[in-house]
Parts: sequence; structure tokens; C-alpha cells
Amino acid sequence: MEHYDQAAYEQADGDQYEPLLSEKDETTTEVESSLPDELTRDKLELPSLAEPELARHYVRLSQQNYGVDSGPYPLGSCTMKYNPRFTEDIAALDAASVHPDRSAESVQGTLKLQYDLQDYLGRIGGMDAVTLQPPAGAAGEFAGILLADAYHEANGEGHRDEVVIPDAAHGTNFASAALGGYDVVEIPSGDDGRVDIDALDAALGENTAALMLTNPNTLGLFERDIERIADMVHDAGGLLYYDGANLNALLGRARPGDMGFDVMHFNVHKTFATPHGGGGPGAGPVGVTDDLAAFLPEPHIRQTDGGSYERYTPEHSVGKVHGFSGNWLVLIKAFAYIDRLGDDGLGDASAKAVLNANYLAEQVDYDVPLGPFHHEFVASAGDQDAADVAKRMLDYGVHPPTTKWPDLVDEALMTEPTEVETKSNLDDLADAFNAVAGEDDETLESAPNRTTARRIDQTAAARNPRLSWHDLD
Amino acid sequence: MSGRESGSPYAPHTDAETEAMLDAVGVADVEALFDIPDSVRFDDDFGIDAKSEQEAVTETRKRLRRNDDLTEFLGRGHYEHYVPSLVDHLAQRSEFLTSYTQYQPEVTQGFLQALFEYQSMLVELTGLGVANCSMYDEATALAEAALLAKRVRAADGDRVLVPEYVRDGHVSVLQNYTKGAEVVVERYGTDAGNVDTDAFADAIDDDVVMVYAENPTTTGAVEEHLDAVGDLADKHDALFCLGSDPVALSLLQRPVDVGADVVVGDASVLGLPTSYGMGLGVFACREDFLRQVPGRLVGASEDSAPPEGARGGGGEAAETGGNRTYTLTLQTREQHIRKERATSNICTNQAWVALRAAIHAASLGSEGLVNLAERMVELPRDLAADLDAITGVRAPVHDRHHFREFLAHTDQPAPAIASDLEADGFAVHAVGDHRLQVCVTDANEHAADRLVAAFEEVTH
Repeated sequence: MEHYDQAAYEQADGDQYEPLLSEKDETTTEVESSLPDELTRDKLELPSLAEPELARHYVRLSQQNYGVDSGPYPLGSCTMKYNPRFTEDIAALDAASVHPDRSAESVQGTLKLQYDLQDYLGRIGGMDAVTLQPPAGAAGEFAGILLADAYHEANGEGHRDEVVIPDAAHGTNFASAALGGYDVVEIPSGDDGRVDIDALDAALGENTAALMLTNPNTLGLFERDIERIADMVHDAGGLLYYDGANLNALLGRARPGDMGFDVMHFNVHKTFATPHGGGGPGAGPVGVTDDLAAFLPEPHIRQTDGGSYERYTPEHSVGKVHGFSGNWLVLIKAFAYIDRLGDDGLGDASAKAVLNANYLAEQVDYDVPLGPFHHEFVASAGDQDAADVAKRMLDYGVHPPTTKWPDLVDEALMTEPTEVETKSNLDDLADAFNAVAGEDDETLESAPNRTTARRIDQTAAARNPRLSWHDLD
Repeated sequence: MSGRESGSPYAPHTDAETEAMLDAVGVADVEALFDIPDSVRFDDDFGIDAKSEQEAVTETRKRLRRNDDLTEFLGRGHYEHYVPSLVDHLAQRSEFLTSYTQYQPEVTQGFLQALFEYQSMLVELTGLGVANCSMYDEATALAEAALLAKRVRAADGDRVLVPEYVRDGHVSVLQNYTKGAEVVVERYGTDAGNVDTDAFADAIDDDVVMVYAENPTTTGAVEEHLDAVGDLADKHDALFCLGSDPVALSLLQRPVDVGADVVVGDASVLGLPTSYGMGLGVFACREDFLRQVPGRLVGASEDSAPPEGARGGGGEAAETGGNRTYTLTLQTREQHIRKERATSNICTNQAWVALRAAIHAASLGSEGLVNLAERMVELPRDLAADLDAITGVRAPVHDRHHFREFLAHTDQPAPAIASDLEADGFAVHAVGDHRLQVCVTDANEHAADRLVAAFEEVTH
């Protein structure tokens, strides 16, 4: 694996390089102001570096960090694929960066782009209307819960206070439902790793507000009974919510709207490859069927008869889920990405993502209990500790998969290579998996050895929290 | 080059590789891998034509070019300061830009240290013990603060008090987030742009779990009654949540000194252009609420020593272990572990924006930051005086100190003036029938004289 960029793994001498820390004490500034003393603070103590030293500090930090551009990043359910860089230039334009309180007349370009992205996402998801406001996938889930809540309330069904969620679902589903004030009814997965129809039947009832479903699910399996599931939920008077985290597996093959979903969110930073450096920003647009369109957050965007674009408040709008209009720069990149790929590219992205997942699953010696897979699969590390396996994989120059989740699989290694890896990269990944599979616990527990930092003591960090410079010695 | 004619430009497979992989998997065609019933198969097109990179750039730019080129004097909770070029160049380092949440800290020390630096700056600016490493924006951070207050407050209660000057949109977010927790959000009165302490004293009782105030306020007034708000909140066992931002906090009263329990705000004032409202939610609080904090926290730790004879390893320091390292910590609060009992549903947050803010703050240093903040006192003072000299305009409306922005009274209808100014190339807020709000920072001060001239013209 010599061809991978090893920068994140190599530290020349192991020294700490912390100029911001070491010099902070020398940069105390006495605060003087034309404001009365009682309205101001006395002093401020922040590091202060000359520009060249600052540049080196952050370049050095970047070299101690692994990104998709460093090598494969097969974190299951995170869809970490290559981010084409032309979108960065567009998002950096002055024209892209306007104040959110500008008049509609003066930002027709922004509104048109919003409108066109709403339209693209609607077509891709099979949804009638889309809001771009939620700033992340989990925020999209919460917006979906709000919409469901408002919908039931408007229909005189305000007593519905339960959201049904399979045990394989992302943790955000549970937290978003709870944030909306709903009781979570968790249902176990069946032996085949899919929704257990009997368990679902038992969970549904007159209090069901919605079922939140990821399809393909977090085991990488398509819920083949989706039409029956949709009928059951709808017959019970509930709504079917689609968690878009795994949409990358379905582009051009199936659409949530066609499957019977009433509400969905898109993780545009995953499916449409916008960089989400270090954990965000993302964006979580929400699509709905006509029945729910009147409840969408405001402002929503529509085209006037005259062809211009305007903001408006849908008739029964739930209000707002973000202070302004969400993560606009991310949305611009998503639009440009979709526009670049088009039907051919989007369909091919899913084809190659699914092919890569199945190919890699085939090459891995670890037990891969179920299949066939869509864009991710879950292997079991068996007698080995999955977290140790991950640390050891770092020594082989690859980023490990998501570990110990979903917990339906013992010592889970949840792997999503995405469409951007070559066969050769996948072979190298498989070699890393398989090399580790043959190693003893002692070797695993002592890993990693070739990284910037050696194994980090997570327990000590939690037991004795030190969360700022002020807590350091 | 890739040996195929169409498809994703970012999927690198040659036809030969695709064939080899299909063989290995044991299927003749990739469609056989899609385990989707025919009845829900999508066999149509989206109707989106694939484009070259050049065409895609052109298409997006063509849309954005429809925006008018206005000089913005807009604020009301969202601000622009000049962002040094260095911020862009460093934040665009692809090891930062293309990474994800630091689930493997051993290969993400760089981002973790940057986030630790961001947290540290907020701790210094607020004086509070803990800051997380980002929420989405000020409005969602305020909502999370109310939820925290509902959880930690000793006595029962369900009311949250916010001042009249808070934006309606922010209050809507707050109401939406707290509806499930059955919190009731109420507004309390203001007086000449500040908290009306009498109205506030009347509004608060033991049923209040949190009170909110801002410094500076949404309309730009420096708040002079924070001590009183803090004292009354304390007396009624309500949390005091203060809204601000890192530039203002570098100059104005330290939140901890006025009794704030939580500080929220938007740190996008550092590192981000206006971005149509993209934010960086600040969340800092007293240390005793540590285990109730929403979102991600980065903590310092040590790495371990390698066992005897272990392969690899770096120099001497790596052999001994015990080096300063960073890691996400206290994750048992979070949704991926605690599920419906998590402190928040946030997962993907604004980490890269926090990186940008940290770089920008570090490039200013404490002296640069304080100087910038002092200019945010002087610039609106000067601009308001110039506008006040115009017949039919009175500015600022409130006899307060201001930060970045202020209200101006206009004898003529404010919306019409705003519209006329827009025709002249300037954007200002019309916030009432006869009130405009004007925001001036280092980003637009170069055009302040021209704005005054335009004002003079459109009001005559």
C-alpha cells in the first residue's frame, strides 16, 4: 500500500508541536475601549502568531489528519467518497455569498439555484416538494418529525405519540423522534437482517405517528417487503419516513417516493459528495409528498407566473428549523455535483458503489453473515475485538470501517467502500482486513504503531475531562 | 482514459476491472446486485443531462450571476468581517476538507487539535468552563440551551423567557425544538433597545427554567442590564443564557462575570463570508453541566507506550508513550450511543466552519480581536452620526452604545427608502414602518460615505 499518501501516519520525531499552546501565556491583551469600563472585560488571553508560523502550525496539523484525499475511507453509513473540487470554486464566489436578509428581487440567482435544487432532489427522491433548510441529516430527520406531527395534528390525529424504529436504525432516528416529543417503539430485526413483519405488525397501532426506515438498511440489505411495510404503516394511519443516509445505493434504481415513503431526508454531503471536513457542515434537505407540502418550513421557494422566484410561507408551515436558510454553500456544491453527473453519472455511481461493496465483501476473510449487499456490508470480527481490528488496520495504511455497530452483528465491521475506489484499492483494503484477521490479540491490542499518535486512552479522557487549554498543566 | 464512455466521472473502474469484479462476485451484470423488487424499480430518467466539469461550472455560475451586486449593510444576527486569505488556503487543505468525524483519533490528531483550540478560545472568551466544538447556528444552539435548562434545573417548570428584540425566525426554531419537551416560550419587554428590567422582573417566576438575553442585541445595542438579569435568574433558579459572538465577546463584559450559565451565539463572524446565512453555533456552559452538553466534545488525553518489541513506532517520544493527544470524549451523551436518551440528536455538525473560525481568531490574536471589536463600536457610532445629520433621519434611535449596527428612524416610510437604496446599490433592513437597521463592519466601511450620500438623496 505504498502508493497511499502516508502523511497522516508519519511524524518525524514524535515531538509535540503546539505553538498555539506554548505561546498563549505571552499574549495577554489589556482591553481598552471607548465604552464605559463596566460594559467591557479587563483582558483577553489568546495565542498570537505571526502569519508564517500560523501557516506552518495548521499545515502541520493537516499533515496529522486523514481525509478521503489521503486514501480510502470506508466508514460504513458515512459514504465518504471523493469530493470533486470544482464545486469549491463556485461556492467561493462573491455571488454565492449573500446576506440571508437580501430582498428576493436582488437574489434571483440564489433563489433560482434553490428552486432548481429542490426540483432535482424531488426528481431523484420521487418526492413532490423539497425544503433545503435543515443543516444536516439529523436536522432533516427532526424536520420530518415536525412535519409528521403537524400533519397528524391538522387531521385531528394529535393523539399519535409513537414513532416505530427498527433496532438497526441510526442513533439519530431515535434522538430525533425523542426531540420531537415522541415515544420510541423499537422493533427487532428479523433473522434475515430486515424488518420483522410480525414485530412491525405488533408495534403499529392507533398511536403510531410514523415508521422511520433506512433502505437499504445499515446492514446493506434492501427491505424487499417495502410495499407491504408501506401498506401496513399507512393502514395504521402512520407516515413512512425515509432515512436518506444510504441513498447512494439506489440512485436511478429505486426512489423513496415510489416505494411509498411520505417524508425523506437527503444527506447531500454523502450522496452528492460535498466535503464535510472533520464532521460538517452537511445539509439535510427534506422531501415530502403533496399531502405534506403545506407544512414545509418557511421560507419555501416557488416560481411566479412571470418566471421570477419568490420566497413564501406554506399555508400550514411548521416555521423554521434553522435560523436562516441552512448550509447554503454545501447546497450549491450538491447542485453542481448533480448537474455534473446527470442521469448517467448518478446511476453509475450507485452501480459502482454496489459493485465495490459486494466485491470487497467477497474478498474479506472475516465472516460476512448476510447478503447480497447494496453499498455497504457488515463483517463480524468474531473472536477478535472490532475496535482493536480497526486500530491494527491503521498500521496497514488504510482507514478502518465503522466498528461495533450495528450491534446486531457481533464485533461488527461496517464497511462502505463507495464507488470511487479502484479494484486495486479494494484488493489492498481486503489484504489489510485479511492480514489482521490472522493476527493474535496481543498484536491487535498494541496497535497502532505507525500513526501520528499511538493508541489513545479514551477512558482517561472521559474520566478526567480536559476540554480546553485552561485544563492543561 | 477510463475505458468507458459514460457514467460517473469519479468512479475509476475500467470495463476490464468491472468485468473482473463481476466475475469475482459471481454475477453477469451489475443490475443483478440490486436486490429490488420489480414493482418498485425505477426505470425512468431523472431528466438531468450529464455535463462536463466546465459546463457544470458554467451552469451554476450562470444562475448565481442573476444576483444583483449590492453593497450590504445588513446584519441582524448575521455578519460579515473580512476573512484573511490564509484562512481559505489552510482550511482548504484536503486532509482537513475531505475528512469526517474523528472516530479514529490516531489518524485525525490534526483536526482534533484544531477543534480543541476552537473550544479553548471560546472558554477564554466566555469565562465558562466548557465549550463544545460546534452546533449548526445560533438559533439551534439557543434551542439546545433551553433543552439543557429543562433537564438540569432542579425544580419543575416549563417557561423560557426571551426578549422582544430576538428575531422571529430564531424564536420559531426555539419553539420547534422545545415543543417535544413541552417548554413554553414567552417574550418579555424591552426598553430603549435593552432589557426592560421591570418588565423582566414581572415576567419571571419560579416556573421559568431559562432566561435569554443578548449582548449586543439583534438590533446592535450593547446590553447594560446583564447583571440584573443574571441576579433575577439566579434568584428564581432559572438558567441565564447569553447570546453573543466571539468578536463581541473579546471586548464586552465576560459572560461568566454577569452570571451567565450558558453562552450561545454564532461564531461564523470569524472565518465565513455571509454565505446566505450559514452559521456556526456556539455552545458554552458552566462545568457542572458537562454531562448534559449537546454535541461533540474534544478532550485531551495521552497515548500509550508500545509493548516490548512491537513493530514500527516513531522516535523516542512515540516509544515511551504519554504524549499529549486529543480525542472525542464523553460520547455516552451522544445519539449514536444513547439513542433516544441522548442530550441531542446532532451528529454531523459544523466542524470545518469551526476550524475556519479558529484559524481566523488565531490570525488576529487577542490584540487583533480586541481592536476589531473596538472598531465595531466606533464604526456604527460614526455612521449613525452621519445619518443623523440628514433631515428626516434620526440615528441611532436608542441612546445606547452600539456594536456593528443600530436602528435609524426615518420620517418617510422605511420600506420605500430601503427599496430606493437598493436601486442605488445598497441593502439595508427595513424593520418597521419608519425604522431601518444599518450594519457597518470592516467589510463595508469603505462604502459608508457613499451610503450616507445615497441616504441623503433618497430622503430628499
